[in-house]
Amino acid sequence: MEIVKSSSAGTLDSCDIQIRIESNEIGSNEIYLKSVVEKQFGNQIKALINDVLDKHNLKSVTVNAVDRGALDCTIRARVESAVMRAIGRESLEDWSVIHHDK
Amino acid sequence: METQSNNGTNRIHGKTIKPYHGPFDGSGKVTNSLMEAILKANLKDGMTISFHHHFREGDYVINTVMNQIAAMGIKDLIIIPSSLGKVHEPLIGHIESGVIREIHTSGLRGKLAEFVSDGKLGTPLIIRSHGGRARAIEAGEVKIDIAFLAAPRSDKMGNASGNGAYTQCGSLGYAIVDAKYADTVILITDDLCEYPNMKPSITQDLVDAVVVLDAIGDPNGIASGATRFTKNPKELKIAEYAANTIISLPLYKSGFSFQTGSGGSSLAVTRYLKEHMKLHDIKASFALGGITQPMVELLEEGLVGCLYDVQSFDLTSTASIAKNANHLEISASQYANPSSKGCMASMLDFVILSALEIDTDFNVNVMTGSDGVIMGASGGHCDTAASAKVTIVVAPLYRGRLATVVEKVTSIITPGDTVDIFVTERGIAVNPRRKDLLEILETTNLPLVTMDELLEKVDRLVGKPVSIEFEDRIVAKIEYRDGSIIDTIRQRKTV
Repeated sequence: MEIVKSSSAGTLDSCDIQIRIESNEIGSNEIYLKSVVEKQFGNQIKALINDVLDKHNLKSVTVNAVDRGALDCTIRARVESAVMRAIGRESLEDWSVIHHDK
Repeated sequence: METQSNNGTNRIHGKTIKPYHGPFDGSGKVTNSLMEAILKANLKDGMTISFHHHFREGDYVINTVMNQIAAMGIKDLIIIPSSLGKVHEPLIGHIESGVIREIHTSGLRGKLAEFVSDGKLGTPLIIRSHGGRARAIEAGEVKIDIAFLAAPRSDKMGNASGNGAYTQCGSLGYAIVDAKYADTVILITDDLCEYPNMKPSITQDLVDAVVVLDAIGDPNGIASGATRFTKNPKELKIAEYAANTIISLPLYKSGFSFQTGSGGSSLAVTRYLKEHMKLHDIKASFALGGITQPMVELLEEGLVGCLYDVQSFDLTSTASIAKNANHLEISASQYANPSSKGCMASMLDFVILSALEIDTDFNVNVMTGSDGVIMGASGGHCDTAASAKVTIVVAPLYRGRLATVVEKVTSIITPGDTVDIFVTERGIAVNPRRKDLLEILETTNLPLVTMDELLEKVDRLVGKPVSIEFEDRIVAKIEYRDGSIIDTIRQRKTV
């Protein structure tokens, strides 16, 4: 999947995560995470973000994530939203049925 | 019996022997110079000095005194404030330069707490509960050479009270113990009033010197204004469950007594209880502890006989202690000292306490965050839990992504065998030791769960965290109220 524009989703509120996605030139995905629970959940959050990127077959994007203690369901939803916006599909009809995968 | 103390002076019965200096008339206590007072008090390297924390985040006195002591080149001190806040971050500099060697406190927060968690204080921090501190001081386990006590108002002889022209902190409960047991007592005020100051919390017979400074504290940091009730639905749910739990128990009847913490849920418990008390004409005999606006309202509406106040948290309670005859100041020793001949806490029916973490054995942590960094205060938690007939801990199942219910708490402040009921928004767990309470609550429609069920629930919601790693070095020792060591905190591992 190709990124058509940089995008973001989520807020900096407590229990939320803000995701920014942009394409990069290096041919692989990179994730920069800042989290209030970095020590306890940092790797799990990165793995989850990677999951969503893989699902959409994204190969060369940079994700900046600022996490304020979001649960997995929130993180997944925010990354999905950011990806959909980045690949220009946010207004498609199938949007509402996309994430019932877990 | 005569003994030689650490600093070489002679003591008898714990008091330093002073040579005759001429007849003592008690006058001439007042000075504008902190340095003069420190010189007169004969502060030396290695001594133990104390402070109180009634000014909370608005305190200027600890930093001002320590800066003065540092400027005088005195080193190697042991400081035993009743607690410390974020505002005391400058102490880091005094630890690094060797002015402070050791700290005993109830609480530690902010950058100073991180500094200690990183093992940068030479000797381990000693954490004591409020009752435990009073006990240790009275038992002579810690000997205070000089107490520097901020006083919102004082007269020239040192009759000091908690409500002054510029600062108001209400009760001076923690300071009273220091005033009684320190060798030298230096009051620090910014409101020197006409003699005599009525009614004093600390009386002139205990005071060596009165230092008048321009400012001793920031009123905004000392006491919050009006207490705003939480609108957080989770906290309200917890409070409603906790109040209904109390109401279901036979101890809840006219003449009952209680204490609540100052957290969102705890404050709301009082509000729910109040409605029920009014409706069914039930009056409490006394309320204890850190006093807040909801308790003052109960007093003023005749729903509680009296308030015993060791610490006044907001402006409503600082005003109430000055005007209401049944709003009584008590010292930390009267409040919760386990070795006294009967502390007020021992007469409690119910206490409602908060928790950062609680484990399946009901052990409670209010001291260290889930990342292993010190961030809280022991306070009266373990004192009241051990004393009250029913101890209820209230907390959300998780905060952000951090579980409150865990397999094993990061550090133990209050042992599980003194905790009876845990209330969350997802149900109420009764300690299996309290079959009597369980039997009663099973006849109600309250949602009872077990700790294991709560743990499973929270694991599903937030996931399993990576366990935090610690170094071997001990950075803090947690004293239980009787002086035994209940747990230690180890240096956090930095990545």
